[in-house]
Amino acid sequence: MKDEATQQAERVARESYGRLVAFLAARTRDVAGAEDALAEAFATALASWPRDGVPRNPEAWLLTVARRRQTDAVRRRRTRTAGEEHLTMIADEIAAAAEAPEEIPDRRLALMFACAHPAIERGMRTPLILQAILGLTAEEIAAAFLITPATMGQRLVRAKGKIKDAAIPFAVPERTALSERLDAVLEAIYAAYGRGWAESGDAETPALAGEALWLARLVVSLLPDEPEAKGMLALMLYAEARRPARRGGDGSYIPLEEQNTKLWDRDQIVEAEALLRLANAGGPSGRYQLEAAIQSAHVARRLTGAATWPAVVALYDHLHALTASPVVALNRAVALSETEGPAAAWTALEEVARDKRMADYQPYWAARGHLAQATGRKDDAHEALTVAMGLSTDPAIRSYLREQIDALVDG
Amino acid sequence: MRYLMLIHQDETTLGGNPEQMKQLYADWGAFNEALAKAKGSSPGERMQPASAATTVKVRAGKTTVVDGPYSDTKEQLGGYYFIEADNLDEAIKWAELCPASKYGGIEIRPIVPAGGY
Repeated sequence: MKDEATQQAERVARESYGRLVAFLAARTRDVAGAEDALAEAFATALASWPRDGVPRNPEAWLLTVARRRQTDAVRRRRTRTAGEEHLTMIADEIAAAAEAPEEIPDRRLALMFACAHPAIERGMRTPLILQAILGLTAEEIAAAFLITPATMGQRLVRAKGKIKDAAIPFAVPERTALSERLDAVLEAIYAAYGRGWAESGDAETPALAGEALWLARLVVSLLPDEPEAKGMLALMLYAEARRPARRGGDGSYIPLEEQNTKLWDRDQIVEAEALLRLANAGGPSGRYQLEAAIQSAHVARRLTGAATWPAVVALYDHLHALTASPVVALNRAVALSETEGPAAAWTALEEVARDKRMADYQPYWAARGHLAQATGRKDDAHEALTVAMGLSTDPAIRSYLREQIDALVDG
Repeated sequence: MRYLMLIHQDETTLGGNPEQMKQLYADWGAFNEALAKAKGSSPGERMQPASAATTVKVRAGKTTVVDGPYSDTKEQLGGYYFIEADNLDEAIKWAELCPASKYGGIEIRPIVPAGGY
């Protein structure tokens, strides 16, 4: 049974971790140092709060202790040189530590921009944000990225070293650079959500999806004027709302068109719709807004029976003009089957097939299998569905494809 | 923060028609002028091509002198300059401004501060 002081420290940890790390590291750009100082402050709190009582403002208390630790660390490191600059800094830090603010300024957005800076290796931006803002351990992050905790730990240390040594700024970029840099932040958060989906056949609620939603909400609240942030949160919520319907009772895979819409989370859909409306107030422009709009069209079709496939194809056209992505072209081809029929879709698919990246892209082979089936190409269908099955790591998807192949042979 | 800006370029593709060269020299002149005005920065110096390089190593008291640059890659170190900047984003701006960023690449290397670790 945990006592009140322990529970209090854990509550503060969860809610304030990123805020405190961001505040402590903003000046020194030393994320690892800030995390260390904070860890010591939490240890001190767990020792003294049960004895002396929980302070009135626990966040300010932790900040004061962490800053003293930070100052001690700087002093220890600098005794050899004792340059004037460093003495000034220590004096500043002591003065600042003496008076912890009632309200700790929120520098989390600046910290996220530092973590997703183009000078940080792309694959490390998501892990860095998960650790610095949410306090996830290297073990927890490593599990989602399918690498060893030791390797993840080393890479995190290296990435934090880069922030400090290269002096990557803790700042929200200027207007001119904002949208490009924000893309990197959103991409890092969306990648965390994607990890959430991919885990263990996504039968149970994945750990990272919740964290990614929390981060997306944070960005929306800190950058209320950015439509793409809202678009991304809406996109995540559409997917999240359908999660309970994506699997049958036996864990089997259920495609969108066959899902029981009664299982969809209506609150999340309502929230997604509202966010999308706000985001599109100035006209839908960005990738996430368009993708969310496509999901909105799917939801409307399934809930009201409205004929939304033409809208879906049109939205994919916009998205393809924006991204030139073969994945978008593939999805457009599949949607085309619903508006112009499977023959037109097959022609579009043959066009997509020219992209070499499709050769080992599972959704391509699954789509090819279904379109081949619909256009009476039995051999093509058999081959494509078999390849799709071979490229899938998810047992539920594999058995779904197995049934399709069996039906093909029997039929 | 002090940064060393290393200019890497493919020497074999350098040069152009007289009009292009004139424009390039003018761009470099303007860039060096701007750099000279910036506090703590030192205008660039251009190196002779890598064919003029000599690499020296001393191992166990024995000196080897080898013709050529330290690493034999297609893009070679061609020059450098120093800048003083608050952070990496400012340094990146000074890399974008450098004419060599249009035909080569600028490697930004933070300098370890005096008394650093």
